[in-house]
Amino acid sequence: MKKSSLKIRHAKNYLFIGIIGLCSILLMIPLILIFYQLITLGGKSINLTFLTQIPKSPGESGGGIYNAIVGTTLLVALASLVSIPLGILTGVYISEYQNSRLSGAVRTCVDILQGTPSIVIGIIVYTWVVRPMSQFSAISGGVALGIMMLPVIIKTTEETLGLIPMSLKEASLALGVPYYKTILKVVIPTGFSGILTGILLSISRVAGETAPLLFTAFGNAFLTYSIFKPISAIPLLIFNYATSPYEEWHQLAWGASLLVVGMILLLNLVAKGVTKR
Amino acid sequence: MTESVLRLDHFNFFIGENQILNDINLKFQRKKVTAIMGPSGCGKTSMIRCINRMNEWVKNARVEGEILFYGKNLFQMDPILLRRKIGMVFQRPNPFPTMSIFENVIAGYLLNGIKLSKTDKERIVEDSLRKAALWDEVKDGIHRKGTFLSGGQQQRLCIARALAMNPRLLLLDEPTSALDPKATSHIEELIIELKKTVTIVLVTHNIAQASRVSDFTAFLYLGELVEYGETTKMFTVPEDKRTEEYLTGKFG
Repeated sequence: MKKSSLKIRHAKNYLFIGIIGLCSILLMIPLILIFYQLITLGGKSINLTFLTQIPKSPGESGGGIYNAIVGTTLLVALASLVSIPLGILTGVYISEYQNSRLSGAVRTCVDILQGTPSIVIGIIVYTWVVRPMSQFSAISGGVALGIMMLPVIIKTTEETLGLIPMSLKEASLALGVPYYKTILKVVIPTGFSGILTGILLSISRVAGETAPLLFTAFGNAFLTYSIFKPISAIPLLIFNYATSPYEEWHQLAWGASLLVVGMILLLNLVAKGVTKR
Repeated sequence: MTESVLRLDHFNFFIGENQILNDINLKFQRKKVTAIMGPSGCGKTSMIRCINRMNEWVKNARVEGEILFYGKNLFQMDPILLRRKIGMVFQRPNPFPTMSIFENVIAGYLLNGIKLSKTDKERIVEDSLRKAALWDEVKDGIHRKGTFLSGGQQQRLCIARALAMNPRLLLLDEPTSALDPKATSHIEELIIELKKTVTIVLVTHNIAQASRVSDFTAFLYLGELVEYGETTKMFTVPEDKRTEEYLTGKFG
């Protein structure tokens, strides 16, 4: 082969590596810009008052988003309470009985559920929970978020458990350990970090959801710890305040946006750390 | 003749339409090492997995005939209780990655929820690790994770884990196939030592290993028991032509 044609090939290689590298760098720019914007606009609102006080009436300066922080925490906790055990156990089933017809049906349902628009989930939970209780509530918001968490938890559990070697399960069975104990005490603990990653990612997914909360948790300008009353949430507060005519509320909305994005970033970093372990 | 611990009586094993084992009649002597030898796919592993009923997890698996364990048909026993009396060590070392060395040894008790006092735990762990010739190497780091050990040490840990349950029978499924020669010779010495206290069934595709450690040898070929007898005799004057050909490396 001629030397010059070899040179051209090398040049093409470098060009290709350059292009894919450049695309990857371009991808990071939007995220960096988002953070830059949020920090410049919302950074100054974040202080102790912001985190510990409820909003003031329009026109008054100061106040914080404590009610929304409590609300989001409570909503995520309620959602996790049901979706984590249910999601893990379903994930165990479809990874254990990969070829059963039920598993196939479950997988399809999970895929469809994952693709269901969150606003639709909101409106359905409105009919299921809010109407019978004739009350917007944290419970209904928790149900809506819980439904959205399920697909992520089920899928990561299935994928994680699929990586656990059969030999480990056999080691336990051969010691005379019953099947259910083998799953609960060997298989799940061994896949724990993967399952935990799924849980963290599912939380980070729903923590910023607004649409399913519009007809369920509804929002509340005041502080409440009751799960039977309408409750605020960070994304709801952003929506309400950003569309209001008051400059102070706009400030709070920027601060809240920075807070929620920061939280999601943190959850993702923790999830990454857990996976590496 | 010494007492037989385990006897296969007109035993057949099928997976779906395929017959894996064909009319096996075999007796295992107490406190002896019996090697099951044969080329890949001859049914060696299937056979010992029938003995502790691990094959029941295989889809469409079916057995005919009997396996008698101390005179009782083991297919009528509770598989969970049976497996506590029959220990098994697998081809690849498989210590529990979430557990320390200490916990791995008593995993059979921990996972079954059997309560032990602290002194009992320590006694069982030390005894089992000594029997598995691992105690001296790990006694200073017994609460470290078992997965930090070398392959050979992990396999001895798995043997200790099986011994901790005080089994009457120990099934070894090609226990050295994933190990280097040095670790292999360690395990072989250990097997010879262990037969003082426990009956051992050793599956191996390594002819030399069978001759080094076993008292009796069964030669399986295509799901049939071709020949069974004392190892020294079979390796010097095999009765069947197929055994002779296998031993001299003509196939397998």
